[in-house]
Amino acid sequence: MGDMAHAPQQRRRFLNSNATQRLLAFASLIGLIVFYSLASPNFFKFENMVAILIATAVTGILAVAVTFIIITAGIDLSIGTLMTFCAVIAGVFITMWHGPVIVGVLAAILMGGLVGLISGTFVSRLKIPPFIATLGMMYVAKGLSLIISGLKPVYFNDTPSFALIAMGSVTGAIIPGFNIPNAVIIFFAVALLSAFLLNRTILGRYTFAMGSNEEAVRLSGVNVDRWKTIVYMVGGLICGVAGVVIAARLNSAQPSLGQGYELDAIAAAVIGGTSLSGGEGTILGTVIGAFVMSVLVNGLRILSVPQEWQTVMTGVIVIFAVYADILRRKRA
Amino acid sequence: MADPLVVMEGIEKSFPGVHALGNCRYDLNPGEVHALVGENGAGKSTLMKILAGVYQRDSGRIIYKGREVNIPNPRAAQHLGISIIHQELNLMPHLTAGQNIFIGREPRQAVKLFLDEKRMNELARELFDNLHMDLDPRTKIRDLAVAKQQMVEIAKALSFNAEVLIMDEPTAALNTTEIEELFRIIRQLRDRGVGVAYISHRLEELKQISDRITVMRDGKYVDTRRTSEVEIGEIISMMVGRTLYETARNLKDTSGHEVVLSVAHLQQGRTIKDVSFEARAGEILGFAGLMGAGRTEVARAVFGADPVQSGEITVQGRRVNIRKPSDAVRHGIGYLSEDRKRYGLALGMDVEANIVMATMTRFLGLLGIIRRAETRSTAQKFVSLLSIKTPGLGQITKFLSGGNQQKVVVGKWLVRDCNILFFDEPTRGIDVGAKSEIYKLLNDLAEQGKAIVMISSELPEILRMSHRIVVMCEGRITGELTAAEATQEKIMRLATQRESVVKTERIAAAGKGA
Repeated sequence: MGDMAHAPQQRRRFLNSNATQRLLAFASLIGLIVFYSLASPNFFKFENMVAILIATAVTGILAVAVTFIIITAGIDLSIGTLMTFCAVIAGVFITMWHGPVIVGVLAAILMGGLVGLISGTFVSRLKIPPFIATLGMMYVAKGLSLIISGLKPVYFNDTPSFALIAMGSVTGAIIPGFNIPNAVIIFFAVALLSAFLLNRTILGRYTFAMGSNEEAVRLSGVNVDRWKTIVYMVGGLICGVAGVVIAARLNSAQPSLGQGYELDAIAAAVIGGTSLSGGEGTILGTVIGAFVMSVLVNGLRILSVPQEWQTVMTGVIVIFAVYADILRRKRA
Repeated sequence: MADPLVVMEGIEKSFPGVHALGNCRYDLNPGEVHALVGENGAGKSTLMKILAGVYQRDSGRIIYKGREVNIPNPRAAQHLGISIIHQELNLMPHLTAGQNIFIGREPRQAVKLFLDEKRMNELARELFDNLHMDLDPRTKIRDLAVAKQQMVEIAKALSFNAEVLIMDEPTAALNTTEIEELFRIIRQLRDRGVGVAYISHRLEELKQISDRITVMRDGKYVDTRRTSEVEIGEIISMMVGRTLYETARNLKDTSGHEVVLSVAHLQQGRTIKDVSFEARAGEILGFAGLMGAGRTEVARAVFGADPVQSGEITVQGRRVNIRKPSDAVRHGIGYLSEDRKRYGLALGMDVEANIVMATMTRFLGLLGIIRRAETRSTAQKFVSLLSIKTPGLGQITKFLSGGNQQKVVVGKWLVRDCNILFFDEPTRGIDVGAKSEIYKLLNDLAEQGKAIVMISSELPEILRMSHRIVVMCEGRITGELTAAEATQEKIMRLATQRESVVKTERIAAAGKGA
């Protein structure tokens, strides 16, 4: 009897696991690639693959940042404008104050961490719902970017080395011809490091634990407020990295850019199987989710589908992904 | 006999508006299972939560291993060696068993940021082996059955080197084999000198597992007995007390009334097991039982709020198919939730809006505009009919008293012409004065020919109001009593009957009841 009851349960368990969601995302990614490759000879080419990688890098980094926060059952809407704010800070240090590039980069990343720390404090200690706290922070970061930059883009024309942070190619230097831009390398590095943090460290453990049952963690004597603040801070630091990458890629800090990126990032995390109700999610899933979105758009563009329709398709994919997640949950 | 591990004396505790514990005591020796029993709200859990540092006592003493102690928080209790396993398990479903046990004190690598997962799983496995539990520390909690989850909690408690283990209703969600397994583990702990404080209201169980039994009633200590020297009947009498309402009730015989609702063989997993009953016009049918007996589940199932696997529902002689609440409402069935605030009322809206809430379409005029004059007069009618005390129809329901909120919900269903009304704990959280008004209201409704099904955990209320009483235990109807034959003892006996016992009792009673 035990065995009979066991078998379907095992099966169900497999279907329910969030590995399935990742598998589904991965399958759709492969499906998209196969479809576009057949539909257009221009799709599966080295240049286009690199274009997809570059297009994914910034959103991907932001998606990794927000994955941490969503796993705690929170949300961060400020990541897009925070990224821009960090880019502007880099511009201030490098262009306005003529500081060394490395100082500007560090300042941008640390500013991201600081803003994350503030959002985290609002959420954990002042108990402001994450949606509201980070919505407010979204506007604050946007406003500050505009004020500091004087509403104008900040160009890094005097420091050509800055642009190399994103558009140079370390791999190209090692293997001639294999020119993967550094932006992409940074994206993968951030993802790897984050996956390591989430799976192997105490920070990761508490990130999942808080999203799973915050009260139980509190009753176990863990300082939940402190750890939650740290998670938001880590998210902010990663946004700082994204800020540096986008500024380097555009060779400028565009103060009006940024809003909307947070939604792409959240969508990527969700497509990748991160549950908005907390407790589950993986970096690998998020990375796949980010690629699903950029491949979808890239392919549609190659097929000359108008941009408006690309946006519509993105929306459809997000809704479909979340619905798949709900179906999976229902069966649980 | 060794010195007692724990002595609690003269414990007092009040919550705003409630005197929860008065002069309570409890003691626990090493290597014994000391059960704590009492009706819902008797104060068992509160007393134990004070010992576990969840609540603070107002006065009284706690002596632990001969020393008077203060237990300001759960951490302090754990430090002393006192662990509690709450009724609602406090686990993180997405994490593994091992991760749950060591949350907050994970084994780390040399660099403190990094976890030593391997060592953690080894430690967890040692714990499980030690207790002869068959569990893999790497399994996620949500993939474990409740019984196994509980074992994880026990292992976690013991990993703090607990000498006192408090278990609050540990068997509530377990089946017979699982209970056996749990008892095996408890006995093992007992033999090692752990003192187990065991809260339960399943009396048969206590005979098997406990050494002593302390009875509590209405926040007061009643008595402590050796399990071997006490009969279950005695414990029941102590639990319900002898002083209560034995006043003669003037209830009409309703056995000849028309059956308006008939439920047959309702079945849903482990919460509803082959439940059949009938409700008659002009009658109050009481549903008695302890918390978690499945009464609310039955009501919600009949109302279409939760799905059922099988079962037939007949309303006024016609077989009906109820899949969702709107079906039930169409057939004249109304359900008044025990949690008015969550399910019964739109708290931020006024009395008038709430009363017409379920019947809006009737008041729609051209272009869907609400005919305010009519909603107003309808609401006014029911406010005076039910004597709802409100400064006006525009009063926001949040600011009404509990009793009046309840009346607004009743009004809502009456506007809807419901003939069958389920009242789930209608007087919970309502003060004494308002209670009698609710009783009067229920009587009036029955008088008008409505069929009333009243779920209540308060025995005096059940006895006072019901024409007939159905008693449930663990999802199953364990008996049906007429008003004339019902007593608190009989109800309590049926309400604590476990499945195995029911069968023998059924034979003994020779087919009596449903």
